[in-house]
Amino acid sequence: MKRVYVNEKWCLGCHLCEYYCAFAYTGEKDMARALKGVRINPRIKLEEKDEITFAVSCRHCKEPLCVKGCITGALSVTDGVITINRDKCISCFTCILCCPYGAISYTDDKTVLKCELCIKTADKTPACVKGCPNGAIVFEERG
Amino acid sequence: MKYVIIGNSAAGIGAAEKIRQLDKTGEIIIVSSEPHHTYSRPLISYLLQGKTDEQRMKYRDDAFYERNKCILLAGKTVTRICPYEKYIELDDGETIPYDKLLVATGSSPFVPPIEGLDTVSDKFTFMSLADARKIQAALGREKKVLILGAGLIGLKCAEGILDKVGEITVVDLAPRILSSILDDEGAAIVKAHLESKGIKFILSASVKNFDGNIARLSNDESVGFDILIIAVGVRPNTKLLAGIAEIDRGIIINDKCETSAKDIYAAGDCTQTTDVSSGQSKIMALLPNAYMQGECAGANMAGGDMSFDKAIPMNAVGFFGLHIITAGTYQGDVYIDKRNGEYKKLFYSPDKLNGYILIKNVEKAGIYTSLIRERTPLSSIDFSLICEKPGLMAFTREDRSRILGGAVL
Repeated sequence: MKRVYVNEKWCLGCHLCEYYCAFAYTGEKDMARALKGVRINPRIKLEEKDEITFAVSCRHCKEPLCVKGCITGALSVTDGVITINRDKCISCFTCILCCPYGAISYTDDKTVLKCELCIKTADKTPACVKGCPNGAIVFEERG
Repeated sequence: MKYVIIGNSAAGIGAAEKIRQLDKTGEIIIVSSEPHHTYSRPLISYLLQGKTDEQRMKYRDDAFYERNKCILLAGKTVTRICPYEKYIELDDGETIPYDKLLVATGSSPFVPPIEGLDTVSDKFTFMSLADARKIQAALGREKKVLILGAGLIGLKCAEGILDKVGEITVVDLAPRILSSILDDEGAAIVKAHLESKGIKFILSASVKNFDGNIARLSNDESVGFDILIIAVGVRPNTKLLAGIAEIDRGIIINDKCETSAKDIYAAGDCTQTTDVSSGQSKIMALLPNAYMQGECAGANMAGGDMSFDKAIPMNAVGFFGLHIITAGTYQGDVYIDKRNGEYKKLFYSPDKLNGYILIKNVEKAGIYTSLIRERTPLSSIDFSLICEKPGLMAFTREDRSRILGGAVL
């Protein structure tokens, strides 16, 4: 299955992946209008310290501890993609307790957020990958 | 192959899913005392609160049993296991043969023998959907509620019903609330938060006796109430395996989730296994472990080879928007961070993280959980950095590239 991978060496630390991610979930057409003055809640997030930067998003694990641990059954795997059923999620954060990558986050209003692989678009490429100006984020099969 | 699973919660469902993944044709029978579709037990407090409903709190969708070709015998209780003849007996007299059996019977609320308890009319435990329905029917704006037990079950119940009753008093023998997951200082923070919402606490006290709607406490206080909720703890349901498999406090299982009896496996809250954060054998009655033990048992029942040897105590819970995540064992040196109204404690030995408590800011907690579960040598990471903030940044570039999936260096 194709997954999002980040090549730390090429990451510029520009945070654009975060903006493209947040934009992808707004359903709006114009990015500037959609995100202006908004505190974004991206599903991919940069870790940065000194000169080192890299983005982290859900690995869509083959043995996902978040799905196995989910107390409500809100997290499930469909065709390898781990998605969240917001109707069922009660924001207990057991998934955050379980995820070894720190790839699941929450918003101020306690909505659980994770990458749900936005590939149902025309070119079947996740927004973070498409938006990365330095090709540091790729979407590929690595077995 | 005939698989029989006793129990229809996380462990039983985990087993059924895994068995069906590995064995497309074997017969799977799930027997459950409760007459329901599988539901998420921890959600009963959210049901009372109105944050979920009986449809949404189903642990798996309506088509689950059909899709996985499982036969659900709901509302039937197993009365006996015959390990030599390899069959189980139900309360209606029916017998069901098995090749592989999973005992995932969970736990039951412990009701202490308190003098005068029989004089209390509206008394409940809080463990099942049936309990929640009964409590729901008894609630009322004018009613006073007394909850025995300031643990997770008692306090989630309190949160669930607070705005539906007149007042809530929680009594606990321990000097602090949530004594199984919090230290004194952390417990004080959460207690103050719950008190600010209107819940009253009487700690270091127990009920000496009941006289109708009055509880007389060990500290000589008396508490009047309309509804009594008993949430002092749970006991593993081990009875079915008495004399058949090794039982300590819970059913003893190895890392294949096998009991000491041939072809009988056990998983979930009824079991006792090794906590890798302390090395001690204990009952870790919590849903993620239950699911993963069930899955492991299911794999091995279906002829696979799976181990689950990474159980640790761990909890994620919130009360009125205040979130708490804890894991492991609170032993060793302590790192404390109380900036910005947050509360973080990490407990570590020279080279291992043993446990942690996070209150309020619980971001990326799973990275700490993973250090405990994997017994990661702290010398292999930047420990002072990870103390400050959980992140993959604390790992070496090589480890990070491996962890994140082999990015080309």
